[in-house]
Amino acid sequence: MKAQEYTVSKHNFEECMKCTVCTVYCPVLQVNPLYPGPKQAGPDGERLRLKDPFFFNYTLKYCMNCKRCEVACPSGVGVADLIQASRIKYDRTPPKLRDRILASTDLMGSLARPFAPVVNAVTGLGIAKSVMDATLKIDHRRSFPKYSGRSFEAWLRKRAAQQAAFPEQVAYFHGCYVNYNNPQLGKDLVKVLNALGVGVQLLDHEKCCGIALITNGMSKQATRHAEHNVGIIRQAVLERRLPVVTTSSSCTLTLRDEYPNLLGVDNADVRASVLMAVRYIFERLEAGATLRFKPGFRKKVAYHVPCHMERLGWGVFSERLLRMIPGVEFTLLDSACCGIAGTYGFKKENYEASQAVGAALFEQIRSVDPEVVACDCETCKWQIEMSTGYRVENPISILAESIEQ
Amino acid sequence: MNTREFDVIILGGGITGAGTQRDCAMRGLRTLLIERSDIATGATGRNHGLLHSGARYAVNDPESAAECIRENRILRRIASHCIEETDGLFITLPEDDLAYQQTFEDACRAAGIGAEIIDPDLARRLEPSVNPSLTGAVRVPDGSVDPFRLCAANMLDAKLHGGQVRLHTEVTGLIREGDAVVGVHTRNCQTGEAADYFAPVVVNACGIWGQHIAGLADVKVGMYPSKGALLIFAHRINRMVINRCRKPSNADILVPGDTVCVIGTTSTRIPFEECDRVAVTPDEVTLLITEGAKLAPALSSTRILRAYAGVRPLVSADDDPTGRNISRGIVCLDHETRDGLKGFVTITGGKLMTYRLMAEIATDTVCRKLGVDRACETATTPLPGSEERSYEAVARKIWEAPSTAQKAAAARMGTGASRIRSGNRLDDALICECEEVSVGEIENAIGQLEVSSLTDLRRRTRVGMGTCQGEFCACRAAGLLARAHGCVERERKDLADFLQERWKGNFPIGWGDTLREAEYTQWVYKHVLGL
Repeated sequence: MKAQEYTVSKHNFEECMKCTVCTVYCPVLQVNPLYPGPKQAGPDGERLRLKDPFFFNYTLKYCMNCKRCEVACPSGVGVADLIQASRIKYDRTPPKLRDRILASTDLMGSLARPFAPVVNAVTGLGIAKSVMDATLKIDHRRSFPKYSGRSFEAWLRKRAAQQAAFPEQVAYFHGCYVNYNNPQLGKDLVKVLNALGVGVQLLDHEKCCGIALITNGMSKQATRHAEHNVGIIRQAVLERRLPVVTTSSSCTLTLRDEYPNLLGVDNADVRASVLMAVRYIFERLEAGATLRFKPGFRKKVAYHVPCHMERLGWGVFSERLLRMIPGVEFTLLDSACCGIAGTYGFKKENYEASQAVGAALFEQIRSVDPEVVACDCETCKWQIEMSTGYRVENPISILAESIEQ
Repeated sequence: MNTREFDVIILGGGITGAGTQRDCAMRGLRTLLIERSDIATGATGRNHGLLHSGARYAVNDPESAAECIRENRILRRIASHCIEETDGLFITLPEDDLAYQQTFEDACRAAGIGAEIIDPDLARRLEPSVNPSLTGAVRVPDGSVDPFRLCAANMLDAKLHGGQVRLHTEVTGLIREGDAVVGVHTRNCQTGEAADYFAPVVVNACGIWGQHIAGLADVKVGMYPSKGALLIFAHRINRMVINRCRKPSNADILVPGDTVCVIGTTSTRIPFEECDRVAVTPDEVTLLITEGAKLAPALSSTRILRAYAGVRPLVSADDDPTGRNISRGIVCLDHETRDGLKGFVTITGGKLMTYRLMAEIATDTVCRKLGVDRACETATTPLPGSEERSYEAVARKIWEAPSTAQKAAAARMGTGASRIRSGNRLDDALICECEEVSVGEIENAIGQLEVSSLTDLRRRTRVGMGTCQGEFCACRAAGLLARAHGCVERERKDLADFLQERWKGNFPIGWGDTLREAEYTQWVYKHVLGL
């Protein structure tokens, strides 16, 4: 290798030209003066942190990890990765009980599921919200996702033989949300894929992707999840020769990018086989497959591209699929963060900022006045439903609704 | 205040001059320091910033080595905000003779340097960036020192002891009365204004330019200009200083300093006339990268920020063509005994590490001439800013929850950071984002530290020393300077000069990201700001 033929640096931080465009696209910077912004917190701060971890600043916790800085960066700097990586490396504050609870999405799901009606009723009560606000600093103005009494895994396992009969197969990383809160989305995916002649299998016991563990300072647990998940994905992709499809943009970004970039868990051999279902379906339709749409289907849909979908660069697949449905009146909402950022917006200290970030999006949704907002991310769904009153569905669910059985 | 008469006039605003002024002022003398340009513009600011343990000289020059380690320990006490206690490694590579290691360790111990042979595995763990193929390592108490900060702190303390400073003032001649120097003719380089200053003793502390000053006094001091080139990498790759355990040679020291690391040096004899315009050649750059990568392989793929060169003020002693074997020893010439010229002292040779000792020797000479009998206290009295041991302590004492910029200010200014105005959005706004320098810190420097240009400001605050090399901070800082000096036109020219000076350091390594950055800077200034 010739000296200085190319230069390397962690998360490309030395490629930063200081152009500052990332700060323009940072939603937090515009509403929270305590946050130093992606350039400061990322490549600029990194040089000081390399001198001495003392220069790490706790205000980096205000980063929502929406990755809009990375989408904006013309130099390919992993700005948000730098921020999250330095939080992992230098932040020694132990996560609070609240953060542990919010981050443990699969544990909470499996605990709540058997008592779903009770849990749902209680978390909906004003008094319970006030208690959680006072004791845990989970903002009382939040609505909580409802739990389902029956898990998606149990539902699909019962249909394993039926699914295995399809000529083609995929493995589905459903994520905590589909399993515990919204099995219907999983069922919708099965319906669409079956209509394309594709059967759906489970992975060999997936764990939560770990995104909430990463952002809540529990990277060790996240790394264990990552190692487990990459193992079972490898088994599906390399041994069972199945692509792995997903319906959550944040889980997908975590499986594909956060594992190697933040947790150091190598997934290079299987990364390309982990796809959002919308992309998988779009590519099959492009290749000649067809769907039979319901005649007379009518729906006014406004599509919000979640931040992590933007980072994946795949919002276009959802958009094209939705536009393809006869009878859909489609509006692409402006590119903007809804403000929830997973568990971020649930925290009392972030509530105001979270709502301020999403304000422009909420306003646009009200003015478009759709029947349904489409969105590939469950936490955006909660935020938009709570903040606007409009119903939000995954594009897969809208697609499922529009096709013949 | 406007007096023209002093007990001693010190020529040269490098570390030797600043240190001498501080020592003289602390011994009660009325002092004036005159500098043609700014503080630390010569060899003081153009070196590694290595806090030598003395180990480098232990084998060939035990006397210098012993001086170094003594001063090293003193500086840790008196200049804590200017130094970092990183420790250093002397590594043996497969192509080096491992037997030299024992000679080296023995010589270090003889000089009083705590050197310890350690297992190569331990060296790799202590310093992950080190060349993994090393066959031996010796740990020594090296560190890094910020020469600008050290120089400014000495100057500031001299002022606190009543000293006066005239920067950007050139000495045009020495005023003589018979066989004695009694003062200097000067000219202000910015205004052209001439002025005479008088003192019974004039100290020539002009480094390599001391030869010229001596010439004005009709005495001969033969200097030996030896150019050393260095490269600054854009971020730190090493935590400890890394040296080669062999006879001192080219590019065999890698020093982590502040947010960067520096590899150097070369050693080339140059004609005296070239001292004012040394440039780094492509051959030197290649040599520094290839040799440097042997110390730490990451250097071959780490972004380079700048190249620069300095001139060592060695005093000619023999005719060794490489300049490596000349003693870095201190030379103090009392021209009364040497040349029959009263009232004139030259202090030269030595090095950054031994500046305090040089200042003490020079001041002893001055005091003897003036009949003043007061002991030197510079070895025990902390410099202003160094009253606390660590910047952590400083930052936590001043601010409850210090921001990164406040932490960085504490690291730059030590306890002096308490003078920075902060707590509102304007004072806390950043001028320099790469190095985290706030408006408050810049205004403090302008008010306290004799700043007349952006380049002066850079030496005192690190503005413009970061990755963007002035792209964003220069115009912001220029705004503050224009306001402070009440002149926009002058500042416009200053801004152009500053950017030109930044480009001078980028040019020899103008490729890759550094070239992209420079082009971007050009767009910003030319097309956005219309400069």
